[in-house]
Amino acid sequence: MTETAADIAAPVHRPTPNPLPGFGLGLGLGMAWLGAVVLLPLLALSVRAAQLGGDGWLRVLRDARVLQSLKLSFGAALVAALVALLAGTLIAWVLVRYRFPGRRLLDALVDLPFALPTAVAGIALTAIYSANGWIGRIVEPMGLKIAYTPVGIVLALVFIGLPFAVRTVQPILEAMGRESEEAAASLGASRFTALRRVVFPELLPGLLTGFSLAFARGLGEYGSVIFIAGNLPYKTEIAPLLVTIRLEEYDYNGAIAIAALLLAASFACLVAINAIPLLFAHERRRLRRGE
Amino acid sequence: MANDPSSLTEPRWLRWLLIALAVLVMGVLVVLPLGMVLVAAFGDGFRAWWSALAEPDARAALRLTLFTVAIVLPINAVFGLLTAWAVTRFEFRGKRLLLAVLDLPFAVSPVVAGLCLVLLFGSHGWFAQWLAAHEVKILFARPGIVLATLFITFPFVVRELIPLMQQQGAEEELAARSLGAGAWTMFFRVTLPKIRWGLLYGVLLCGARAMGEFGAVSVVSGHIRGLTNTLPLHIEILYNEFDTTAAFAAASLLSGMALVTLVAKFWLERAHGDAIAASHGKH
Repeated sequence: MTETAADIAAPVHRPTPNPLPGFGLGLGLGMAWLGAVVLLPLLALSVRAAQLGGDGWLRVLRDARVLQSLKLSFGAALVAALVALLAGTLIAWVLVRYRFPGRRLLDALVDLPFALPTAVAGIALTAIYSANGWIGRIVEPMGLKIAYTPVGIVLALVFIGLPFAVRTVQPILEAMGRESEEAAASLGASRFTALRRVVFPELLPGLLTGFSLAFARGLGEYGSVIFIAGNLPYKTEIAPLLVTIRLEEYDYNGAIAIAALLLAASFACLVAINAIPLLFAHERRRLRRGE
Repeated sequence: MANDPSSLTEPRWLRWLLIALAVLVMGVLVVLPLGMVLVAAFGDGFRAWWSALAEPDARAALRLTLFTVAIVLPINAVFGLLTAWAVTRFEFRGKRLLLAVLDLPFAVSPVVAGLCLVLLFGSHGWFAQWLAAHEVKILFARPGIVLATLFITFPFVVRELIPLMQQQGAEEELAARSLGAGAWTMFFRVTLPKIRWGLLYGVLLCGARAMGEFGAVSVVSGHIRGLTNTLPLHIEILYNEFDTTAAFAAASLLSGMALVTLVAKFWLERAHGDAIAASHGKH
Protein backbone atom coordinates (compact mmCIF):
# COMPACT_ATOMS: atom_id res chain seq x y z
CA MET A 1 0.00 0.00 0.00
CA THR A 2 1.44 3.33 -1.05
CA GLU A 3 1.18 6.33 1.18
CA THR A 4 -0.93 9.23 -0.09
CA ALA A 5 -0.41 12.85 0.84
CA ALA A 6 -3.52 12.69 2.99
CA ASP A 7 -2.11 9.77 4.93
CA ILE A 8 1.07 11.63 5.64
CA ALA A 9 -0.72 14.81 6.69
CA ALA A 10 -3.06 12.96 9.01
CA PRO A 11 -2.11 13.33 12.67
CA VAL A 12 -0.33 10.36 14.09
CA HIS A 13 -2.38 8.79 16.87
CA ARG A 14 0.49 7.28 18.69
CA PRO A 15 0.24 7.63 22.47
CA THR A 16 2.82 10.25 23.38
CA PRO A 17 4.59 9.80 26.69
CA ASN A 18 3.10 12.09 29.35
CA PRO A 19 5.77 14.75 29.97
CA LEU A 20 4.54 15.48 33.51
CA PRO A 21 6.67 14.16 36.36
CA GLY A 22 5.67 12.47 39.55
CA PHE A 23 3.33 9.67 38.50
CA GLY A 24 5.31 6.94 40.24
CA LEU A 25 5.98 9.09 43.28
CA GLY A 26 2.40 10.29 43.60
CA LEU A 27 0.65 7.01 43.01
CA GLY A 28 3.21 4.99 44.96
CA LEU A 29 3.20 7.15 48.08
CA GLY A 30 -0.53 7.74 47.79
CA MET A 31 -1.26 4.03 47.68
CA ALA A 32 1.16 3.36 50.54
CA TRP A 33 -0.60 6.00 52.62
CA LEU A 34 -4.05 4.63 51.73
CA GLY A 35 -2.88 1.09 52.44
CA ALA A 36 -1.27 1.80 55.79
CA VAL A 37 -3.84 4.20 57.21
CA VAL A 38 -7.12 2.82 55.83
CA LEU A 39 -6.90 -0.52 54.05
CA LEU A 40 -4.68 -2.47 56.47
CA PRO A 41 -6.93 -1.74 59.48
CA LEU A 42 -10.04 -2.66 57.48
CA LEU A 43 -8.33 -5.82 56.26
CA ALA A 44 -7.61 -6.81 59.87
CA LEU A 45 -11.30 -6.53 60.70
CA SER A 46 -12.38 -8.44 57.57
CA VAL A 47 -9.95 -11.30 58.21
CA ARG A 48 -10.91 -11.58 61.86
CA ALA A 49 -14.60 -11.55 60.90
CA ALA A 50 -14.02 -14.36 58.38
CA GLN A 51 -12.21 -16.37 61.05
CA LEU A 52 -15.26 -16.26 63.33
CA GLY A 53 -16.76 -19.18 61.42
CA GLY A 54 -20.39 -20.25 61.35
CA ASP A 55 -20.63 -20.96 65.06
CA GLY A 56 -19.08 -17.66 66.06
CA TRP A 57 -21.46 -15.73 63.83
CA LEU A 58 -24.49 -17.71 65.01
CA ARG A 59 -23.63 -17.01 68.65
CA VAL A 60 -23.56 -13.28 68.00
CA LEU A 61 -26.58 -13.18 65.71
CA ARG A 62 -28.71 -15.17 68.15
CA ASP A 63 -28.02 -12.58 70.84
CA ALA A 64 -31.25 -10.61 71.23
CA ARG A 65 -29.34 -7.57 72.54
CA VAL A 66 -27.23 -7.45 69.36
CA LEU A 67 -30.25 -7.84 67.10
CA GLN A 68 -32.12 -5.14 68.98
CA SER A 69 -29.19 -2.72 68.69
CA LEU A 70 -28.81 -3.38 64.96
CA LYS A 71 -32.55 -2.93 64.42
CA LEU A 72 -32.42 0.37 66.31
CA SER A 73 -29.34 1.63 64.45
CA PHE A 74 -30.65 0.78 60.99
CA GLY A 75 -34.16 2.02 61.78
CA ALA A 76 -33.06 5.29 63.33
CA ALA A 77 -30.54 5.96 60.53
CA LEU A 78 -33.24 5.28 57.93
CA VAL A 79 -35.84 7.57 59.50
CA ALA A 80 -33.25 10.26 60.21
CA ALA A 81 -31.91 10.17 56.64
CA LEU A 82 -35.46 10.60 55.30
CA VAL A 83 -36.19 13.51 57.63
CA ALA A 84 -32.80 15.11 56.88
CA LEU A 85 -33.47 14.72 53.15
CA LEU A 86 -36.89 16.37 53.43
CA ALA A 87 -35.64 19.24 55.60
CA GLY A 88 -32.43 19.49 53.56
CA THR A 89 -34.32 19.77 50.25
CA LEU A 90 -36.54 22.48 51.72
CA ILE A 91 -33.49 24.43 52.94
CA ALA A 92 -31.62 23.96 49.65
CA TRP A 93 -34.69 25.08 47.68
CA VAL A 94 -35.17 28.19 49.78
CA LEU A 95 -31.45 29.04 49.59
CA VAL A 96 -31.26 28.67 45.80
CA ARG A 97 -34.62 29.94 44.60
CA TYR A 98 -35.64 32.68 47.02
CA ARG A 99 -33.99 35.94 48.07
CA PHE A 100 -34.51 37.10 51.64
CA PRO A 101 -32.54 38.92 54.33
CA GLY A 102 -30.16 36.60 56.18
CA ARG A 103 -29.91 34.11 53.34
CA ARG A 104 -26.09 34.10 53.36
CA LEU A 105 -26.00 33.55 57.12
CA LEU A 106 -28.46 30.67 56.81
CA ASP A 107 -26.29 29.20 54.07
CA ALA A 108 -23.14 29.44 56.20
CA LEU A 109 -24.88 27.89 59.21
CA VAL A 110 -25.77 24.77 57.22
CA ASP A 111 -22.22 23.50 57.75
CA LEU A 112 -22.29 23.98 61.51
CA PRO A 113 -23.29 20.36 62.33
CA PHE A 114 -20.37 19.26 60.20
CA ALA A 115 -17.86 21.55 61.91
CA LEU A 116 -19.16 21.13 65.46
CA PRO A 117 -17.49 18.19 67.26
CA THR A 118 -20.00 15.38 67.75
CA ALA A 119 -19.52 15.22 71.52
CA VAL A 120 -20.36 18.93 71.77
CA ALA A 121 -23.50 18.42 69.71
CA GLY A 122 -24.36 15.41 71.86
CA ILE A 123 -24.28 17.18 75.22
CA ALA A 124 -25.96 20.31 73.83
CA LEU A 125 -28.87 18.37 72.29
CA THR A 126 -29.27 16.37 75.50
CA ALA A 127 -29.37 19.53 77.60
CA ILE A 128 -32.01 21.06 75.31
CA TYR A 129 -34.33 18.06 75.09
CA SER A 130 -34.06 16.54 78.59
CA ALA A 131 -36.94 17.05 81.03
CA ASN A 132 -35.73 20.42 82.33
CA GLY A 133 -34.18 21.65 79.07
CA TRP A 134 -35.36 24.53 76.89
CA ILE A 135 -37.53 22.34 74.67
CA GLY A 136 -37.89 19.26 76.88
CA ARG A 137 -39.61 21.44 79.49
CA ILE A 138 -42.29 22.36 76.93
CA VAL A 139 -42.88 19.08 75.13
CA GLU A 140 -42.54 16.59 77.97
CA PRO A 141 -45.70 17.72 79.82
CA MET A 142 -47.44 17.21 76.46
CA GLY A 143 -46.39 13.56 76.62
CA LEU A 144 -43.51 13.73 74.13
CA LYS A 145 -40.30 12.40 75.65
CA ILE A 146 -37.31 13.07 73.40
CA ALA A 147 -34.10 12.65 75.39
CA TYR A 148 -33.25 9.05 76.34
CA THR A 149 -35.70 7.62 73.77
CA PRO A 150 -35.33 6.53 70.11
CA VAL A 151 -36.83 9.92 69.14
CA GLY A 152 -33.74 11.58 70.63
CA ILE A 153 -31.48 9.26 68.64
CA VAL A 154 -33.26 10.18 65.40
CA LEU A 155 -33.03 13.87 66.29
CA ALA A 156 -29.25 13.66 66.80
CA LEU A 157 -28.87 11.81 63.49
CA VAL A 158 -30.98 14.39 61.63
CA PHE A 159 -28.65 17.07 63.03
CA ILE A 160 -25.64 15.12 61.73
CA GLY A 161 -27.16 14.27 58.34
CA LEU A 162 -28.62 17.69 57.47
CA PRO A 163 -25.48 19.25 55.88
CA PHE A 164 -25.00 16.17 53.69
CA ALA A 165 -28.56 16.45 52.37
CA VAL A 166 -28.43 20.22 51.76
CA ARG A 167 -24.99 20.17 50.14
CA THR A 168 -25.88 17.41 47.67
CA VAL A 169 -29.20 18.91 46.57
CA GLN A 170 -28.11 22.57 46.50
CA PRO A 171 -25.53 22.39 43.65
CA ILE A 172 -27.98 20.44 41.47
CA LEU A 173 -30.69 23.06 41.99
CA GLU A 174 -28.16 25.78 41.18
CA ALA A 175 -27.04 24.08 37.98
CA MET A 176 -30.60 23.31 36.90
CA GLY A 177 -31.81 25.80 34.32
CA ARG A 178 -35.34 27.17 34.45
CA GLU A 179 -35.94 26.37 30.76
CA SER A 180 -37.76 23.08 31.27
CA GLU A 181 -39.91 24.64 33.97
CA GLU A 182 -40.71 27.50 31.59
CA ALA A 183 -41.56 25.04 28.86
CA ALA A 184 -43.81 23.08 31.18
CA ALA A 185 -45.56 26.28 32.28
CA SER A 186 -46.02 27.51 28.73
CA LEU A 187 -47.57 24.16 27.82
CA GLY A 188 -50.13 24.80 30.51
CA ALA A 189 -48.75 22.68 33.34
CA SER A 190 -49.66 23.88 36.80
CA ARG A 191 -46.81 24.85 39.10
CA PHE A 192 -47.26 21.64 41.07
CA THR A 193 -47.20 19.49 37.93
CA ALA A 194 -44.09 21.27 36.69
CA LEU A 195 -42.33 20.61 40.00
CA ARG A 196 -43.41 16.99 40.07
CA ARG A 197 -42.75 16.12 36.43
CA VAL A 198 -39.80 18.39 35.61
CA VAL A 199 -37.89 19.41 38.74
CA PHE A 200 -38.26 16.24 40.79
CA PRO A 201 -36.85 13.82 38.17
CA GLU A 202 -33.82 16.10 37.74
CA LEU A 203 -33.28 16.13 41.48
CA LEU A 204 -33.80 12.40 42.01
CA PRO A 205 -30.16 11.24 41.65
CA GLY A 206 -29.04 13.97 44.05
CA LEU A 207 -31.79 13.04 46.50
CA LEU A 208 -30.72 9.40 46.44
CA THR A 209 -27.05 10.32 46.91
CA GLY A 210 -27.87 12.68 49.76
CA PHE A 211 -29.98 9.98 51.37
CA SER A 212 -27.18 7.40 51.09
CA LEU A 213 -24.63 9.81 52.56
CA ALA A 214 -26.87 10.76 55.48
CA PHE A 215 -27.80 7.12 56.08
CA ALA A 216 -24.17 5.91 56.06
CA ARG A 217 -23.13 8.68 58.39
CA GLY A 218 -26.09 8.07 60.70
CA LEU A 219 -25.58 4.33 60.89
CA GLY A 220 -22.06 4.70 62.23
CA GLU A 221 -22.57 7.86 64.27
CA TYR A 222 -21.47 7.61 67.88
CA GLY A 223 -20.49 10.86 69.59
CA SER A 224 -23.67 12.87 69.13
CA VAL A 225 -25.94 9.91 69.89
CA ILE A 226 -24.60 8.29 73.05
CA PHE A 227 -25.39 11.28 75.27
CA ILE A 228 -29.01 11.69 74.21
CA ALA A 229 -29.74 7.98 73.71
CA GLY A 230 -29.82 6.88 77.36
CA ASN A 231 -28.10 3.65 76.27
CA LEU A 232 -30.53 1.15 77.80
CA PRO A 233 -29.85 -2.37 76.49
CA TYR A 234 -32.66 -3.66 74.21
CA LYS A 235 -34.19 -0.16 74.12
CA THR A 236 -31.90 2.73 73.28
CA GLU A 237 -28.54 1.05 72.72
CA ILE A 238 -27.13 1.67 69.23
CA ALA A 239 -24.90 -0.88 67.48
CA PRO A 240 -21.67 1.22 67.51
CA LEU A 241 -22.04 1.61 71.28
CA LEU A 242 -22.46 -2.16 71.67
CA VAL A 243 -19.18 -2.60 69.77
CA THR A 244 -17.36 -0.55 72.40
CA ILE A 245 -19.17 -2.36 75.25
CA ARG A 246 -18.18 -5.78 73.88
CA LEU A 247 -14.62 -4.54 73.51
CA GLU A 248 -14.52 -3.38 77.12
CA GLU A 249 -15.79 -6.82 78.15
CA TYR A 250 -12.91 -8.36 76.16
CA ASP A 251 -15.53 -10.11 74.01
CA TYR A 252 -13.50 -9.47 70.86
CA ASN A 253 -15.56 -11.81 68.68
CA GLY A 254 -18.77 -10.09 69.67
CA ALA A 255 -17.31 -6.68 68.83
CA ILE A 256 -15.85 -7.96 65.54
CA ALA A 257 -19.14 -9.45 64.36
CA ILE A 258 -21.19 -6.30 64.98
CA ALA A 259 -18.46 -4.09 63.48
CA ALA A 260 -18.21 -6.31 60.40
CA LEU A 261 -21.95 -5.95 59.79
CA LEU A 262 -21.69 -2.17 60.11
CA LEU A 263 -18.72 -2.20 57.75
CA ALA A 264 -20.63 -4.27 55.19
CA ALA A 265 -23.47 -1.73 55.34
CA SER A 266 -20.93 1.09 54.80
CA PHE A 267 -19.60 -0.72 51.72
CA ALA A 268 -23.14 -1.08 50.39
CA CYS A 269 -23.79 2.64 50.85
CA LEU A 270 -20.54 3.50 49.13
CA VAL A 271 -21.39 1.25 46.17
CA ALA A 272 -24.81 2.92 45.97
CA ILE A 273 -23.30 6.42 46.10
CA ASN A 274 -20.93 5.54 43.26
CA ALA A 275 -23.51 3.64 41.20
CA ILE A 276 -26.34 6.22 41.34
CA PRO A 277 -24.82 8.74 38.86
CA LEU A 278 -23.87 5.92 36.47
CA LEU A 279 -27.34 4.41 36.61
CA PHE A 280 -29.01 7.71 35.87
CA ALA A 281 -26.57 8.58 33.09
CA HIS A 282 -27.48 5.26 31.48
CA GLU A 283 -31.18 5.98 31.90
CA ARG A 284 -30.82 9.41 30.25
CA ARG A 285 -28.96 7.96 27.26
CA ARG A 286 -31.70 5.37 26.88
CA LEU A 287 -34.40 8.05 26.92
CA ARG A 288 -32.52 10.18 24.41
CA ARG A 289 -32.27 7.26 22.02
CA GLY A 290 -36.06 7.00 22.34
CA GLU A 291 -36.16 3.45 23.63
CA MET B 1 -37.35 37.00 42.10
CA ALA B 2 -39.89 39.81 41.83
CA ASN B 3 -39.57 39.56 38.06
CA ASP B 4 -40.47 35.91 37.92
CA PRO B 5 -43.81 35.31 36.27
CA SER B 6 -46.25 33.76 38.68
CA SER B 7 -46.25 30.50 36.76
CA LEU B 8 -42.53 30.07 37.49
CA THR B 9 -42.53 30.50 41.20
CA GLU B 10 -44.73 29.82 44.14
CA PRO B 11 -47.38 32.23 45.42
CA ARG B 12 -45.96 34.90 47.71
CA TRP B 13 -47.52 33.47 50.89
CA LEU B 14 -46.11 30.02 50.11
CA ARG B 15 -42.62 31.41 49.48
CA TRP B 16 -42.57 33.15 52.84
CA LEU B 17 -44.03 30.08 54.53
CA LEU B 18 -41.24 27.91 53.11
CA ILE B 19 -38.59 30.46 54.10
CA ALA B 20 -40.02 30.63 57.61
CA LEU B 21 -40.06 26.84 57.82
CA ALA B 22 -36.43 26.58 56.68
CA VAL B 23 -35.34 29.22 59.18
CA LEU B 24 -37.30 27.47 61.93
CA VAL B 25 -35.72 24.08 61.17
CA MET B 26 -32.23 25.57 61.10
CA GLY B 27 -32.90 27.61 64.21
CA VAL B 28 -34.21 24.77 66.34
CA LEU B 29 -31.94 22.05 65.03
CA VAL B 30 -28.65 23.89 64.47
CA VAL B 31 -28.55 27.30 66.14
CA LEU B 32 -30.21 26.31 69.41
CA PRO B 33 -27.50 23.74 70.36
CA LEU B 34 -24.82 26.38 69.77
CA GLY B 35 -26.71 28.80 72.02
CA MET B 36 -27.10 26.07 74.62
CA VAL B 37 -23.32 25.54 74.72
CA LEU B 38 -22.66 29.24 75.32
CA VAL B 39 -25.39 29.70 77.93
CA ALA B 40 -24.38 26.58 79.86
CA ALA B 41 -20.66 27.38 79.63
CA PHE B 42 -21.04 30.87 81.07
CA GLY B 43 -24.01 30.02 83.31
CA ASP B 44 -21.86 30.16 86.45
CA GLY B 45 -20.01 33.24 85.32
CA PHE B 46 -16.82 33.95 83.48
CA ARG B 47 -14.64 32.97 86.44
CA ALA B 48 -16.09 29.42 86.60
CA TRP B 49 -15.65 29.10 82.83
CA TRP B 50 -12.03 30.16 83.06
CA SER B 51 -11.15 27.93 86.01
CA ALA B 52 -12.69 24.91 84.24
CA LEU B 53 -10.36 25.55 81.30
CA ALA B 54 -7.30 26.43 83.39
CA GLU B 55 -7.49 23.15 85.28
CA PRO B 56 -4.47 20.89 84.47
CA ASP B 57 -6.45 17.99 82.93
CA ALA B 58 -8.31 20.38 80.65
CA ARG B 59 -5.05 21.99 79.54
CA ALA B 60 -3.46 18.60 78.93
CA ALA B 61 -6.51 17.57 76.86
CA LEU B 62 -6.31 20.77 74.79
CA ARG B 63 -2.57 20.24 74.25
CA LEU B 64 -3.15 16.64 73.09
CA THR B 65 -5.89 17.75 70.70
CA LEU B 66 -3.66 20.45 69.19
CA PHE B 67 -0.72 18.01 69.04
CA THR B 68 -2.86 15.50 67.13
CA VAL B 69 -4.14 18.13 64.70
CA ALA B 70 -0.58 19.39 64.14
CA ILE B 71 0.56 15.92 63.06
CA VAL B 72 -2.51 14.89 61.10
CA LEU B 73 -2.86 18.04 58.96
CA PRO B 74 0.57 18.05 57.25
CA ILE B 75 0.46 14.28 56.64
CA ASN B 76 -2.98 14.42 55.06
CA ALA B 77 -2.04 17.52 53.06
CA VAL B 78 1.16 16.05 51.58
CA PHE B 79 -0.19 12.59 50.81
CA GLY B 80 -3.51 14.02 49.65
CA LEU B 81 -1.66 16.28 47.22
CA LEU B 82 0.45 13.40 45.88
CA THR B 83 -2.61 11.21 45.36
CA ALA B 84 -4.62 13.99 43.73
CA TRP B 85 -1.69 14.68 41.37
CA ALA B 86 -1.49 11.04 40.27
CA VAL B 87 -5.26 10.75 39.86
CA THR B 88 -5.86 13.99 37.93
CA ARG B 89 -2.77 14.08 35.69
CA PHE B 90 -2.39 10.46 34.61
CA GLU B 91 -4.50 7.63 33.27
CA PHE B 92 -4.11 4.22 34.85
CA ARG B 93 -6.06 1.05 35.40
CA GLY B 94 -8.19 0.87 38.51
CA LYS B 95 -8.57 4.65 38.86
CA ARG B 96 -12.34 4.44 39.38
CA LEU B 97 -11.88 1.89 42.12
CA LEU B 98 -9.20 4.01 43.78
CA LEU B 99 -11.53 7.03 43.73
CA ALA B 100 -14.29 5.02 45.39
CA VAL B 101 -11.91 3.59 48.00
CA LEU B 102 -10.69 7.09 48.92
CA ASP B 103 -14.20 7.79 50.24
CA LEU B 104 -14.27 4.75 52.53
CA PRO B 105 -13.49 6.62 55.77
CA PHE B 106 -16.50 8.90 55.13
CA ALA B 107 -18.79 5.89 55.27
CA VAL B 108 -17.14 3.77 57.97
CA SER B 109 -18.27 4.22 61.57
CA PRO B 110 -15.60 5.85 63.75
CA VAL B 111 -16.08 3.10 66.30
CA VAL B 112 -15.40 0.47 63.63
CA ALA B 113 -12.23 2.36 62.66
CA GLY B 114 -11.12 2.32 66.29
CA LEU B 115 -11.80 -1.41 66.60
CA CYS B 116 -9.73 -2.06 63.45
CA LEU B 117 -6.75 -0.39 65.12
CA VAL B 118 -7.29 -2.48 68.25
CA LEU B 119 -7.18 -5.61 66.06
CA LEU B 120 -3.83 -4.48 64.65
CA PHE B 121 -2.08 -3.04 67.69
CA GLY B 122 -3.98 -4.44 70.71
CA SER B 123 -2.65 -7.16 73.02
CA HIS B 124 -4.14 -9.85 70.73
CA GLY B 125 -3.53 -7.88 67.55
CA TRP B 126 -1.54 -8.76 64.45
CA PHE B 127 1.47 -6.69 65.52
CA ALA B 128 1.22 -7.46 69.25
CA GLN B 129 4.39 -9.56 69.44
CA TRP B 130 6.52 -7.16 67.44
CA LEU B 131 5.28 -4.19 69.46
CA ALA B 132 5.95 -5.98 72.75
CA ALA B 133 9.44 -7.05 71.63
CA HIS B 134 10.34 -3.50 70.65
CA GLU B 135 8.52 -1.88 73.57
CA VAL B 136 6.47 0.30 71.29
CA LYS B 137 3.12 1.42 72.62
CA ILE B 138 0.47 2.46 70.11
CA LEU B 139 -2.84 1.69 71.75
CA PHE B 140 -3.81 3.75 74.81
CA ALA B 141 -1.05 6.16 73.82
CA ARG B 142 -0.56 9.11 71.47
CA PRO B 143 0.30 7.12 68.31
CA GLY B 144 -3.06 5.31 68.50
CA ILE B 145 -4.91 8.61 68.79
CA VAL B 146 -3.02 10.03 65.83
CA LEU B 147 -3.65 6.90 63.71
CA ALA B 148 -7.37 6.91 64.53
CA THR B 149 -7.62 10.59 63.59
CA LEU B 150 -5.65 9.98 60.39
CA PHE B 151 -8.11 7.26 59.37
CA ILE B 152 -11.16 9.46 59.98
CA THR B 153 -9.78 12.59 58.29
CA PHE B 154 -8.08 10.74 55.44
CA PRO B 155 -10.36 11.86 52.53
CA PHE B 156 -10.79 15.55 53.32
CA VAL B 157 -7.80 17.11 51.54
CA VAL B 158 -7.61 14.68 48.61
CA ARG B 159 -11.38 14.92 47.99
CA GLU B 160 -11.13 18.70 47.87
CA LEU B 161 -8.15 18.72 45.50
CA ILE B 162 -9.29 16.14 42.93
CA PRO B 163 -12.26 18.08 41.45
CA LEU B 164 -10.26 21.33 41.55
CA MET B 165 -7.21 19.91 39.76
CA GLN B 166 -9.42 18.05 37.29
CA GLN B 167 -11.14 21.30 36.43
CA GLN B 168 -7.90 23.29 36.11
CA GLY B 169 -6.32 20.85 33.68
CA ALA B 170 -2.61 20.35 33.01
CA GLU B 171 -1.95 22.91 30.27
CA GLU B 172 0.12 25.26 32.41
CA GLU B 173 2.18 22.43 33.85
CA LEU B 174 2.77 21.06 30.34
CA ALA B 175 3.84 24.52 29.19
CA ALA B 176 6.24 24.83 32.10
CA ARG B 177 7.74 21.46 31.27
CA SER B 178 8.12 22.27 27.58
CA LEU B 179 9.94 25.47 28.58
CA GLY B 180 12.38 23.30 30.48
CA ALA B 181 11.15 23.66 34.05
CA GLY B 182 12.31 20.93 36.40
CA ALA B 183 9.80 18.93 38.44
CA TRP B 184 10.21 20.99 41.61
CA THR B 185 10.23 24.32 39.79
CA MET B 186 7.02 23.32 38.04
CA PHE B 187 5.44 22.28 41.33
CA PHE B 188 6.36 25.36 43.34
CA ARG B 189 5.96 27.95 40.59
CA VAL B 190 2.93 26.61 38.72
CA THR B 191 0.98 23.90 40.54
CA LEU B 192 1.09 25.09 44.14
CA PRO B 193 0.01 28.70 43.41
CA LYS B 194 -2.92 27.33 41.37
CA ILE B 195 -4.24 25.05 44.08
CA ARG B 196 -3.26 26.81 47.30
CA TRP B 197 -6.75 28.06 48.20
CA GLY B 198 -8.32 24.69 47.50
CA LEU B 199 -5.59 23.06 49.55
CA LEU B 200 -6.27 25.45 52.41
CA TYR B 201 -9.98 24.71 52.14
CA GLY B 202 -9.36 20.97 52.44
CA VAL B 203 -6.93 21.45 55.32
CA LEU B 204 -9.54 23.58 57.09
CA LEU B 205 -12.23 20.89 56.85
CA CYS B 206 -9.68 18.26 57.85
CA GLY B 207 -8.69 20.30 60.91
CA ALA B 208 -12.30 20.77 62.03
CA ARG B 209 -12.91 17.05 61.87
CA ALA B 210 -9.56 16.18 63.47
CA MET B 211 -10.01 18.32 66.57
CA GLY B 212 -13.53 17.03 67.17
CA GLU B 213 -13.04 13.33 66.47
CA PHE B 214 -14.63 11.31 69.23
CA GLY B 215 -15.73 7.75 68.40
CA ALA B 216 -12.51 6.37 66.92
CA VAL B 217 -10.28 8.14 69.41
CA SER B 218 -12.49 7.00 72.29
CA VAL B 219 -11.91 3.33 71.38
CA VAL B 220 -8.11 3.58 71.18
CA SER B 221 -7.35 6.20 73.82
CA GLY B 222 -7.89 4.35 77.09
CA HIS B 223 -9.11 7.63 78.66
CA ILE B 224 -6.07 8.20 80.83
CA ARG B 225 -6.54 11.64 82.36
CA GLY B 226 -3.82 14.12 81.65
CA LEU B 227 -2.19 11.65 79.24
CA THR B 228 -4.46 10.26 76.52
CA ASN B 229 -7.56 12.40 76.89
CA THR B 230 -8.34 14.67 73.98
CA LEU B 231 -10.65 17.62 74.48
CA PRO B 232 -13.78 15.78 73.24
CA LEU B 233 -13.03 12.84 75.56
CA HIS B 234 -12.44 15.28 78.42
CA ILE B 235 -15.93 16.69 77.77
CA GLU B 236 -17.44 13.23 78.01
CA ILE B 237 -15.75 12.48 81.35
CA LEU B 238 -16.83 15.78 82.89
CA TYR B 239 -20.38 15.33 81.61
CA ASN B 240 -20.65 11.81 83.02
CA GLU B 241 -19.40 13.12 86.38
CA PHE B 242 -22.23 15.71 86.32
CA ASP B 243 -19.72 18.53 86.16
CA THR B 244 -21.93 20.18 83.55
CA THR B 245 -20.48 23.67 83.67
CA ALA B 246 -16.93 22.41 83.14
CA ALA B 247 -18.10 20.08 80.34
CA PHE B 248 -19.80 22.98 78.56
CA ALA B 249 -16.81 25.26 79.17
CA ALA B 250 -14.60 22.77 77.30
CA ALA B 251 -17.37 22.40 74.70
CA SER B 252 -17.45 26.18 74.21
CA LEU B 253 -13.76 26.11 73.35
CA LEU B 254 -14.33 23.48 70.65
CA SER B 255 -17.42 25.36 69.42
CA GLY B 256 -15.30 28.49 69.13
CA MET B 257 -12.81 26.61 66.97
CA ALA B 258 -15.68 25.25 64.85
CA LEU B 259 -17.05 28.77 64.36
CA VAL B 260 -13.61 30.06 63.35
CA THR B 261 -13.49 27.22 60.80
CA LEU B 262 -16.89 28.21 59.43
CA VAL B 263 -15.94 31.88 59.14
CA ALA B 264 -12.68 30.99 57.38
CA LYS B 265 -14.58 28.65 55.05
CA PHE B 266 -17.14 31.36 54.30
CA TRP B 267 -14.35 33.85 53.59
CA LEU B 268 -12.56 31.39 51.28
CA GLU B 269 -15.77 30.76 49.34
CA ARG B 270 -16.42 34.49 48.97
CA ALA B 271 -12.89 35.74 48.29
CA HIS B 272 -11.42 32.82 46.38
CA GLY B 273 -14.48 31.01 45.10
CA ASP B 274 -12.94 30.68 41.64
CA ALA B 275 -9.77 29.12 43.06
CA ILE B 276 -11.44 26.36 45.06
CA ALA B 277 -13.49 23.57 43.56
CA ALA B 278 -16.40 24.85 41.48
CA SER B 279 -19.06 23.33 43.72
CA HIS B 280 -18.08 25.67 46.58
CA GLY B 281 -17.49 28.98 44.86
CA LYS B 282 -21.11 29.71 44.31
CA HIS B 283 -22.16 32.67 46.38
